[in-house]
Amino acid sequence: MENNLKKVDIIFEIDEKQSPLAILEKTVKRPADEIILDLIDSGLKGRGGAGFPTGLKWKFTRNEDSEVKYVICNADEGEPGTFKDREIIDRVPEKIFAGMAICGFVIGAKEGYIYLRGEYNFLLKNLQKKLDEFNAGMKKTGIDFTIYIKSGSGAYVCGEESALFESMEGKRGEPRNKPPYPTVAGYNSKPTVINNVETLVYTTMICHMGPERFKALGTKDSRGSKVFSVSGDTPISGIYELELGMPLNEFVDGFGDGDTKAVQVGGASGHCVPRKKFNDTIIGFEGIPTGGSMMIFNSSRSMYNVLHDYLEFFTEESCGQCTPCRVGCQQLLKGIEAVKRGERPPAYLDDLKKLTATMKIAAKCGLGQSVGNPFNSIIDNFREEIIY
Amino acid sequence: MSKYLVNLKINNMPIAVEEGTTILEAAKKLNFRIPTLCNHPDLTVAGNCRVCVVEVKGARLLAAACATPVSEGMEVLTNSEKVRIARKHIVELLLAEHNADCTKCFKNGHCELQDLSGEYRIGDHVFLDLVKPSSKIQDISSPSIVKDDSKCIRCQRCVRTCTELQGVSALGVVNKGDHQRISTFLNKPLHEVVCTNCGQCINRCPTGALTERNYIEEVWNALYNPSKFVVVQTAPATRIALGEDLGIQVGERVTGKMVAALKKLGFNKVLDTDFTADLTIMEEGTELLTRLKKALVDKDEKVVLPMMTSCSPGWIKFQEHMYPELLDNLSTCKSPQQMFGAVAKTYYADKINIKAQDMIVVSIMPCVAKKFECERPEMRDSGYQDVDYVLTTRELAMMIKQAGIDFDKLEDEHYDSILGESTGAAVIFGATGGVMEAALRTAYEIVTGREVPFTNLNIKPVRGMEGIKEASIKIKSVKPEWSFLEGVELNVAIAHGLANARKLMEKVRSGEASYHFIEIMGCPGGCLGGGGQPIPTSPEIRKKRAEAIYSEDLEMVIRKSHENPEVAEIYREFLGEPLGHKSHDLLHTHYKVRKRY
Repeated sequence: MENNLKKVDIIFEIDEKQSPLAILEKTVKRPADEIILDLIDSGLKGRGGAGFPTGLKWKFTRNEDSEVKYVICNADEGEPGTFKDREIIDRVPEKIFAGMAICGFVIGAKEGYIYLRGEYNFLLKNLQKKLDEFNAGMKKTGIDFTIYIKSGSGAYVCGEESALFESMEGKRGEPRNKPPYPTVAGYNSKPTVINNVETLVYTTMICHMGPERFKALGTKDSRGSKVFSVSGDTPISGIYELELGMPLNEFVDGFGDGDTKAVQVGGASGHCVPRKKFNDTIIGFEGIPTGGSMMIFNSSRSMYNVLHDYLEFFTEESCGQCTPCRVGCQQLLKGIEAVKRGERPPAYLDDLKKLTATMKIAAKCGLGQSVGNPFNSIIDNFREEIIY
Repeated sequence: MSKYLVNLKINNMPIAVEEGTTILEAAKKLNFRIPTLCNHPDLTVAGNCRVCVVEVKGARLLAAACATPVSEGMEVLTNSEKVRIARKHIVELLLAEHNADCTKCFKNGHCELQDLSGEYRIGDHVFLDLVKPSSKIQDISSPSIVKDDSKCIRCQRCVRTCTELQGVSALGVVNKGDHQRISTFLNKPLHEVVCTNCGQCINRCPTGALTERNYIEEVWNALYNPSKFVVVQTAPATRIALGEDLGIQVGERVTGKMVAALKKLGFNKVLDTDFTADLTIMEEGTELLTRLKKALVDKDEKVVLPMMTSCSPGWIKFQEHMYPELLDNLSTCKSPQQMFGAVAKTYYADKINIKAQDMIVVSIMPCVAKKFECERPEMRDSGYQDVDYVLTTRELAMMIKQAGIDFDKLEDEHYDSILGESTGAAVIFGATGGVMEAALRTAYEIVTGREVPFTNLNIKPVRGMEGIKEASIKIKSVKPEWSFLEGVELNVAIAHGLANARKLMEKVRSGEASYHFIEIMGCPGGCLGGGGQPIPTSPEIRKKRAEAIYSEDLEMVIRKSHENPEVAEIYREFLGEPLGHKSHDLLHTHYKVRKRY
């Protein structure tokens, strides 16, 4: 990796002197409002992809009047090309637990749940062992918070927060109508903070090192660093914690194989950026945000196949309840096949683009709303590959 | 406690509504209709079809009007360019997935998707056809309900009906994405699962995905067959709803017109299920008093109380699946439909000198479970299938239209005699609480020699649309032969809709409640809300139908079952006495234990 990429070591850093439990113990001695102010000041936004300011989410939930509240760690890492939470869960689970417990202290929750992706069941044994120790540690130090693990069953849509609650409640994982939002009515219809694995680790670390060190990283709109899952046509695929706000061309210089044709930023539901736009694309909330997935494609790849794969994925993983997503995904998939086979004219792609505009504003949840991202960015930049 | 008022604008018109009101409801107050498909007044909000999307100024997304509560200062546009494009797209998407063979569809002309497609003038289909061949996915296993997934738009109204209203959950959502569909436990055919055949799903299906198994052609064939003598019976609740399918407003009684229309269709005799409703009261009332005597006087430990009514075949099948341990609580009385069939092909056939094998008995029912009931093997006590064909109120309306009868202009006619005389007590069988009221009017009088102590015989505590009703009547100054009932407080309960039935059964099973007599109707509102009644249905419509039933009762000359002269006659000439030997053979039945899935 070339040196102009700013590598960071916050997430996986192990401080021998202060364990996550010790950070927790230290933090819960502070006033809750002060912790929220620190988080807001740090500029931390959710690392799952949507980028909601974490401090505000905690504040809203703290302000809800309810005897029962919940903290949920969204570990249903299902976005194609994303595998950073797996690594975090494996290597620094205590930092996740600490973040959940700090959140519980701040919002007034006594229970936390980790919703672990079904396919990550191989992590469960180790995670449960570490969790039991941590729970015991909290009990010993008088922190009234317990964390449990719930295992998912493999549906992509369960990473959508309200579908995740439904799944946890034992129902079909189908997204709910919003409002109400989770801060008001989440798991069991109680006020709930739901954060991504990585976000929770950052909250622990911001409480540990103070907001300044975090704030100093990144850009005005994209504070701090982020863990990236780099895959595809790269000699060095893997997990990297980098500063946010980097230009895509620098990323490609660092990770590409010299023949990079496009980068899919943000997984299957993200945007495809072609070579000619590398220089103008910032990876961050002011440009293209990502939950971590960076898929690199070189010139040997057919963008038709790439798009076809994504659409097959969405057609299968749509929960199926809302019309724009259930039928829309099928139409997009079958539509590009029809154009490829010459059964529909190339202009049919424009009808399909209009359909994605409807899906973007009329689908019930983020899944259907974002299918247009890969579709339009690939059609617009690689139209010939789709048609011929 | 009054709620806050929220101020908003819809299509630039200001309005203030209570907080918690949805955009859909607020728009309705301003006379803006927003189309809906998955929404239904009887069910919880789903927000999944998305045809009701509207634009909210400043919002990134369109809002589902049915699922979005109003908020202060909100500015809503229900017909902006964005909304129109999206809505049209959504209708086109639904049609792409829908077997739009409308001219061949049983619901042709009664389909909400067809209406919407017409409204938006959907012409050539933009999108690709995704319909799977109907022949491969149609379920015709049930004698009551036909399920055709090629017509399904996944609105899940049927699933919510089956779960929320009926507590049965025979239908559920299976699979996801392009494979998502509405199915049963392990995708078994409907007749192999806990489906009670209540047909409430049919009443709420916006398309032709769920319809009744129709027997219109079979009945026409019978009518055209000169060697068959075709008699028809009409259930109490049909007369207050049939008009809805024939251009007459909700809540208008059409008893006389219905009789006239049936005669014009060519039925040899037009008779009344109300007659056997009165007969049911005689049998069931006597059964109750007998059970009470055995329990209170003889201390017979084998006697099971509370006794539960058995008129509703959906409820019976529910009990057979869900509470087999309470089957002995069910009255052994057949339903009025089946009593009629058994009596028609024996007593009546003899009277009019027709051979039973030449007689066809057709029922007009507000119910689709009756189609299942008439095929039960127990229902052949005349030596033949006692009731041959069951038509829903809707099917009868179709036949009347097919025959070119101008229903509205018909002069009222009377039922034929015998088996055509009825009472107010029989009419109210059509409403929840009606069987209870009819039974009390008769039983109280048998025991005390006096009428029930309620003004105009209207037993108000057992009426109304509450899910579960309870009442107690203290029995005083009884006749000497009923002295064991002196001072007894008779506790009764009534439930309608199977979800309420389940709640009541749990109370009975846990011993939390001690009732003597329970009336259960499988459908919301009782038979007037039955699965064979005109579509649409809503709490408001059912309320109007109930009012019609009670006004019919008030207008009847005779209002107590035991005073029906034809009932007295059949006991004198044929049956002997209630619960007698003949009754036992023809009017009573037994039940079977069924699996719980």
